[in-house]
Amino acid sequence: MNNYHLNHLRELEAESIFVFREVAAQFDNPVILFSGGKDSIVMFHLARKAFYPAKVPIPLLHIDTGHNFEETIKFRDNLVEKYGVKLYVGSVQKTIDEGKVREETGYNASRNVLQTTTLLDSIEEHKFDAAMGGGRRDEEKARAKERFFSHRDEFGQWDPKNQRPELWNLFNGKKRMGEHFRVFPLSNWTELDVWQYIYMEDIEIPNLYFTHKREVFERDGVLLATAPFMTLKPNEKTEILDVRCRTIGDITNTGLTRSKADNLKDIIDEIAAERTTERGQRLDDKRSETAMEDRKKEGYF
Amino acid sequence: MELLRFTTAGSVDDGKSTLIGRLLYDSKSIFEDQIEAIEKAGRNQGKSEIDLALLTDGLRAEREQGITIDVAYRYFATPKRKFIIADTPGHIQYTRNMVTGASTANLAIILIDARNGVIEQTLRHAYIASLLQIPHIVVCINKMDLVDYDEAVYEKIKKQFESFAPKLEVRDIKFIPISALKGDNVVEPSENMPWYRGTTLMYLLENIYIKGDYNHTDARFPVQYVIRPQSEEFHDYRGYAGRIDGGIFKVGDKIKVLPSGLESKIKSIDTLNEKLDFAFAPQSVSITVEDDIDISRGDMIVKPNNLPVQSQDITAMISWFNERPLQVRGKYILRHTTNEVKCIIQEVKFKMDINSMNKNTEDKEIKMNDIGKIKIKTAKPLFFDAYRKNRNTGSFILIDDITNETVGAGMIVTDKA
Ligand SMILES: Nc1nc2c(ncn2[C@@H]2O[C@H](COP(=O)(O)OP(=O)(O)O)[C@@H](O)[C@H]2O)c(=O)[nH]1
Repeated sequence: MNNYHLNHLRELEAESIFVFREVAAQFDNPVILFSGGKDSIVMFHLARKAFYPAKVPIPLLHIDTGHNFEETIKFRDNLVEKYGVKLYVGSVQKTIDEGKVREETGYNASRNVLQTTTLLDSIEEHKFDAAMGGGRRDEEKARAKERFFSHRDEFGQWDPKNQRPELWNLFNGKKRMGEHFRVFPLSNWTELDVWQYIYMEDIEIPNLYFTHKREVFERDGVLLATAPFMTLKPNEKTEILDVRCRTIGDITNTGLTRSKADNLKDIIDEIAAERTTERGQRLDDKRSETAMEDRKKEGYF
Repeated sequence: MELLRFTTAGSVDDGKSTLIGRLLYDSKSIFEDQIEAIEKAGRNQGKSEIDLALLTDGLRAEREQGITIDVAYRYFATPKRKFIIADTPGHIQYTRNMVTGASTANLAIILIDARNGVIEQTLRHAYIASLLQIPHIVVCINKMDLVDYDEAVYEKIKKQFESFAPKLEVRDIKFIPISALKGDNVVEPSENMPWYRGTTLMYLLENIYIKGDYNHTDARFPVQYVIRPQSEEFHDYRGYAGRIDGGIFKVGDKIKVLPSGLESKIKSIDTLNEKLDFAFAPQSVSITVEDDIDISRGDMIVKPNNLPVQSQDITAMISWFNERPLQVRGKYILRHTTNEVKCIIQEVKFKMDINSMNKNTEDKEIKMNDIGKIKIKTAKPLFFDAYRKNRNTGSFILIDDITNETVGAGMIVTDKA
């Protein structure tokens, strides 16, 4: 029987592919939330696997805070072109300009929370009935109880106490008009799984994940990149360091790791030896212990 | 590296959270910022030392009430295996969560407080593990430090458990005396219990044989999605995509498609990386067949010499999840593999009294957290196996067609098995 066994990455892959196909079959107008980070890149790779040899029949949606690493946008546009997939962009700047949200001020100003409004508006505007995200249950406690198929009411809200039981591989995507689902095909993956899989499958990722020299400064124990829209506190000093990204998100709250890892093997070794979770490097989660749960209830990713 | 999914069951305060915390902590799966966060949370609750249990409590409401209220999933890995824990609460009212967590588990850990021995809830947990056909059960007798690591206490509890084990359908039961708090026999062998000759819990989790847990005998391929690229390169391509629910499919195999009954041969098994010669459960693949026959989602591809049951009459054990009791003569949507049909509940045969394991044929109202045996008629035939034979082709959920909620989970019983 030894031949008939999958290793953990292949088993996770099979599960995620199943989820993609289930979404394509159960929903009329699904979308893949694409941030340009490694999780969404892996998601897209799995989508290609799920529908091969057809093109991925599900479009991408990028919620653009306007505070991007330049490399992310280039990478996104290349991918869209290479695989002939449709891309929607929801602009946080536009949401601000329309007066729907107000920009935070102060040193720790972040557009992270504002993204929720843009996301929900985009879902409503395009009538998406399932938004697939790269969230993983190992990232954060509030995510640990998230379902693969997560129901959202007509206000886009998540009710953690009233989730549908999810058994075997039977996913219930039934909903009323105006409601939608968030679907998380990577639910059972850990950060290390994602990296090992990128290595195993030789998936292209942005250079930001590898070591590079960058001007950075330290705030609350987190290294942040300097950018035109970031204001330094008087005591903060910039310096040029060898760093890499562990996650890629909005530049204002993406912590950088000091690292000289210039290849996937070194990154995997680094992660395996790491002593902090990747979300711990995001400034927005440091705000309060239930920060993520509170944001998720509102409709965050 | 292999993947092992397990679930933990125990009554409140048996030490479930402490045990999971210990497994995570001793296997170095806890990150420093998480420790920092629970130290902070602990200080806010006025606790002084670090409380491993806080690691496994998820949402704010739970922390406020100090209880786990839903299924939460945890991850850790050792050099040997990756583990997924479905952490479910032990309260009586939360049977549904246990059933949910158990549905995908290869192994169940059942915790018993050494001071209390086997109690009603232990029976309930064991019964659910058996009903859900979890292949391996490990009974951990915890808090051995509070009974002086006494072998007699351990033996007595083991006997108590074994005395009702014949009523269960479990293939593999193991017992381990532990102290989750002090760490005895969790990851490190206990110096306090030299009389125990077995392995530690971690050793067992890392080494228990799970290759036989999937059914590789009865070939079952529920068609999930039809792939039609309609591109120049793949002009006439029609791939039947799905996840193999049982058995092995090889290129050239004769196949039969249900419900049409049409036969053909497998032409290719495709994945993005390569064409495969064969595929097996639980792989996700895309299959093409020699003949141009009509196949769509909900159909099942099988082998002509090994057919599932095809019927509109289903007998099943049902676990009920909803505030509104099961309605006899009520109509529901039934989801089975990739199929969805309307169905009507014809009869409740009995309600299971889980604490005594007696069948109640007087009071047959199936309410939230109840388990019973029912007969269902579906609007069109389903293709299924007994749950005992195949957990994927033998299971279904019931959906309320008004609220869209998942209200029940069924495990099919057939005459043969
Ligand atoms: N002495 C002792 N106490 C334990 C042991 N395991 C858990 N406890 C304590 O029992 C209480 C309940 O444990 P907890 O893990 O929260 O139980 P849960 O409700 O099953 O998750 C806590 O005060 C633990 O410290 C053990 O092995 N020995």
